[in-house]
Amino acid sequence: MEQTRKERIDRGLKVRTGGIYAISSGREIMYLVGPRLLLIVGILLVPLFLEFAPYWKRVVNIMCVYALLALSFDFLANYVGLVCLGGAFFVGVGGYLSAIFNVYLSIPMYLSIPLATVTGAALCTVLLLPCLPLRGVYFAIVTLMYPLLFTRVIEALDVLGGTNGITGLDGFPNQYVEQYAIIVVMLLSLFAMRRFVSQDIGLVIRGVKDNDQAVRASGINVTSIKALSVFIAALMGCFGGAYIAHLYMWAGISLFALDFSIIPIASVVIGGGGTLVGAVIGSFILVPLSESLRFFGTLRIVIYCAALTGFIVFKSEGLMVYLQRKYHQFERWVKV
Amino acid sequence: MSEDYILSVKGISKSFGGLKALVDVGFDIHAGEVYGIIGPNGSGKTTLINCITGFIKPDAGGQVFFKGKEITGWPPHKIADMGITRTFQIMRPYHSLPAFKNLIIPLWSPRAKTTGGWRGGGKHGDRDTVAVDILEEIGFERDSRVPYKIASTLPTGYQKRLELARCMAMRPEIIFCDEVFSGLSMSEIAGMLPLLEKLKMEGITLIMVEHRLRELFRVADRVMALNFGEKIAEGLSHEVIEDKRVKEAYLGSEKV
Repeated sequence: MEQTRKERIDRGLKVRTGGIYAISSGREIMYLVGPRLLLIVGILLVPLFLEFAPYWKRVVNIMCVYALLALSFDFLANYVGLVCLGGAFFVGVGGYLSAIFNVYLSIPMYLSIPLATVTGAALCTVLLLPCLPLRGVYFAIVTLMYPLLFTRVIEALDVLGGTNGITGLDGFPNQYVEQYAIIVVMLLSLFAMRRFVSQDIGLVIRGVKDNDQAVRASGINVTSIKALSVFIAALMGCFGGAYIAHLYMWAGISLFALDFSIIPIASVVIGGGGTLVGAVIGSFILVPLSESLRFFGTLRIVIYCAALTGFIVFKSEGLMVYLQRKYHQFERWVKV
Repeated sequence: MSEDYILSVKGISKSFGGLKALVDVGFDIHAGEVYGIIGPNGSGKTTLINCITGFIKPDAGGQVFFKGKEITGWPPHKIADMGITRTFQIMRPYHSLPAFKNLIIPLWSPRAKTTGGWRGGGKHGDRDTVAVDILEEIGFERDSRVPYKIASTLPTGYQKRLELARCMAMRPEIIFCDEVFSGLSMSEIAGMLPLLEKLKMEGITLIMVEHRLRELFRVADRVMALNFGEKIAEGLSHEVIEDKRVKEAYLGSEKV
């Protein structure tokens, strides 16, 4: 019997070898820029298309916040080796800080959001510092615990508006500012992160995931590298939180909801871990899907789970890993 | 006194619960020396390295001096920053990175940035080029695909070299080699020996933990033997191997 096997060959384009830039032909430039351009232009045009469906505009905003959270999860899990269940932690801290700055200290919105992003990320990093020298599940557990802790503290002590939350935050001046603020920040974060992980410092971070002992033996303080990574991831999460607080003009304990931790993880699973862009694509699929299933009421969760399981069983590598392979490689059957 | 030696270890002990892994071990090493540490399995060789390089803390009382400065109990990255680095017995390259990218990490380290690293490569802007240069020096064929392969796919011999290259890149004063010969074929070892000679010529002090005694004795100036965590002999290699206690440790006592 004749046996065949599948052979994969990299496309022989110069652009795929490092350090050489595609300037030789329009085709090669498009090969390189095309997919990126498709994503950027596509997402920038979405608000214009949704002019007639105002409800879905909100969904797109939330979708971009989830994309930011998924980016931060993907970065921490697949580049630093820290499994972070703390999306809700970042969002909550960012949201509440922004509310405090805006309502209690009367700082205008365009300052309170960046301020909440940076101070929030610093606060998250300091709070997570004790579990950074450890390996294993500790980081995951502690990040999962903090949002629960904050919720209970706010409830029990009735501080920061208690269960009612802090109301009266400034809203965005108009819908376009509201939408493009999050879309532009999300796109910038995506491409900044992609660049960052291929820099030398990004390689050091990946080294920590592969083998932290050898990084120590090279004279690099692993804990401070991890702290830097957590800070970067928390920046994205805290911005999302501050944005949501101003979007709803309200910061309450639902900012610490588990959704913010779990949906980003599911997005990364669907999109493909370690690709960064997969995290974004994953949330572009999951959030609208979950929204359109509202029609089914409580059955929503069942359908949602079925879709997730399907992805895990049939495309466990993730959508973007699969698509990138198809894009960069030929496949053909050859005789053995 | 201790300023004469690049490294002095005094009275290092380490117990894990009731098990005494190291008992009052001490030795002194001159700069530029190749020093071998031998001993049967479980005699505490790797524990000794771990204690000196800071990966585990020795019990109270032991002292480690580097160029006369006490470094006992420092965290590993600070000790490495002083110039004491190590390879690992179980090869642990940065397995998801290409071989040459493995060297970016030591070249990026604070030590390489301030002192320049191997041949000043840490100070240059282009670490990629320096990394490939180092790999070529250590026997990776430059024009082949080997330096660009993902590290986990390299054969054992190359991975062992990569371990050494990772240490070289930060231009340390002392390298602890934890069984660099183990798992290598005779021809691979033959390729490894000139490399060690080269490091010695560069003025790097080598401390080698080994089971392959014949190969070790070809490069080592002095040898120490451990058994059950105790130092049982020290001296020139032929003296140590003729030592009665060393023979007993390896082969058992003659009395039945």
